[in-house]
Amino acid sequence: MIGEYGTKYYYGDYGEGKGGTPATSSQQQTQEEMNSWPLWEVFIRSKQGLDHKHVGSLHAADAQMAMENARDVYTRRNEGISIWVVESKYIHASNPDDAGSLYDPANDKAYRHPTFYNLPDEVKHM
Amino acid sequence: MTIEEQFQHKIEEEIKIEPKDWMPDKYRQTLIRQISQHAHSEIVGMLPEGNWITRAPSLKRKAILLAKVQDEAGHGLYLYSAAETLGISRDEMYHQLHTGKAKYSSIFNYPTLSWADIGAIGWLVDGAAIMNQVPLCRTSYGPYARAMVRICKEESFHQRQGFEILLVLSKGTEAQKKICQDAINRWWWPCLMMFGPADEQSPHTAQSMQWKIKRFSNDELRQKFVNMIAEQVKVLNMTLPDPDLRWNEERKQYDFGKINWEEFWNVLSGNGPCNKQRLDARKKAWEEGAWVREAAAAYAEKKAMKAHTQVA
Ligand SMILES: [Fe+2]
Ligand SMILES: [Fe+2]
Repeated sequence: MIGEYGTKYYYGDYGEGKGGTPATSSQQQTQEEMNSWPLWEVFIRSKQGLDHKHVGSLHAADAQMAMENARDVYTRRNEGISIWVVESKYIHASNPDDAGSLYDPANDKAYRHPTFYNLPDEVKHM
Repeated sequence: MTIEEQFQHKIEEEIKIEPKDWMPDKYRQTLIRQISQHAHSEIVGMLPEGNWITRAPSLKRKAILLAKVQDEAGHGLYLYSAAETLGISRDEMYHQLHTGKAKYSSIFNYPTLSWADIGAIGWLVDGAAIMNQVPLCRTSYGPYARAMVRICKEESFHQRQGFEILLVLSKGTEAQKKICQDAINRWWWPCLMMFGPADEQSPHTAQSMQWKIKRFSNDELRQKFVNMIAEQVKVLNMTLPDPDLRWNEERKQYDFGKINWEEFWNVLSGNGPCNKQRLDARKKAWEEGAWVREAAAAYAEKKAMKAHTQVA
């Protein structure tokens, strides 16, 4: 029996079914799949005075449903007092490959940090 | 450094891998399989417990069980959305579950015969899940790790409410004590199987350890679980169904008996007591919900069109 699934098995990963690796078999896109509800990103403000923070995503037909589902999925234990939902397709993300050219220039500008400046000890509270 | 070496270097430095970062195909495939099957387990896992919602012995127990089962639905959703960041669609994952290509934890193919089973599931099944899930909070893939943090926060109530159900039964009538012991007897061995085969039988987990998807071996986690439960069962004045279970002073661990792996592989390959019932229930829910999905999509489209013409 072991051979049938390979020996790979641990919590959360239960090996492969008879049809081969489930993850890599690419199905024909069904009609239903093309009609499926869009993906939304959910942001939650956990308490007054804090920023909204990304918590995950969900599928919903429209904004109202996204909001209701976000409440049920992400705030069952008072995790938030305010929810933003935005359809995932409207998010533009920077490319991790560009991280160097985007953020490196900041590295050689140490003078942007207060610790760059040596002041005499007599100067207090600055 | 090659791109693979850079990747492995990040893993070793405990830098999380995020969706848009480069990753080996095999890493991506392993994660898609693991996260989606973990999600399926949360969703299918609602079925054995759902069986007792309408028959819970009091309104309080019913409200608690409803909240617990709703949490499991949430766990499934956190995990599905983590898997989607790797490029697989939700519908594809459902399709894999419904056609039997994707598996789920074998534990959910056992029946819930009495109310005490709900206690045993919370204490033992959720307990075993927690043992596995806590280290997954530090897994190398960012979205998976974040989903696990959220899940682990919710799990401790699951285990405690289960233990409390059994605690009440263990102090009850003879009949209540009897169903309590009986539920423990039936769930104990399948719970030990939840950790997967012995280490020497699963050499491939080595790759997942190297990628820090998994951080402890199956046997390490199983031993920790046995040590914990062997102590807790005393509080219930009940026993575990294993004549070989005893404290080993030298190892400072509990020794325990042999697991029936034959049964494990059998249940996993589809021949457990409830495999067919569970899958049928999921397929039925999906098929009978089709009109709801279509209607909601049609309504959203109509509303969007209306808004569009108003602007124009
Ligand atoms: Fe769960
Ligand atoms: Fe749980």
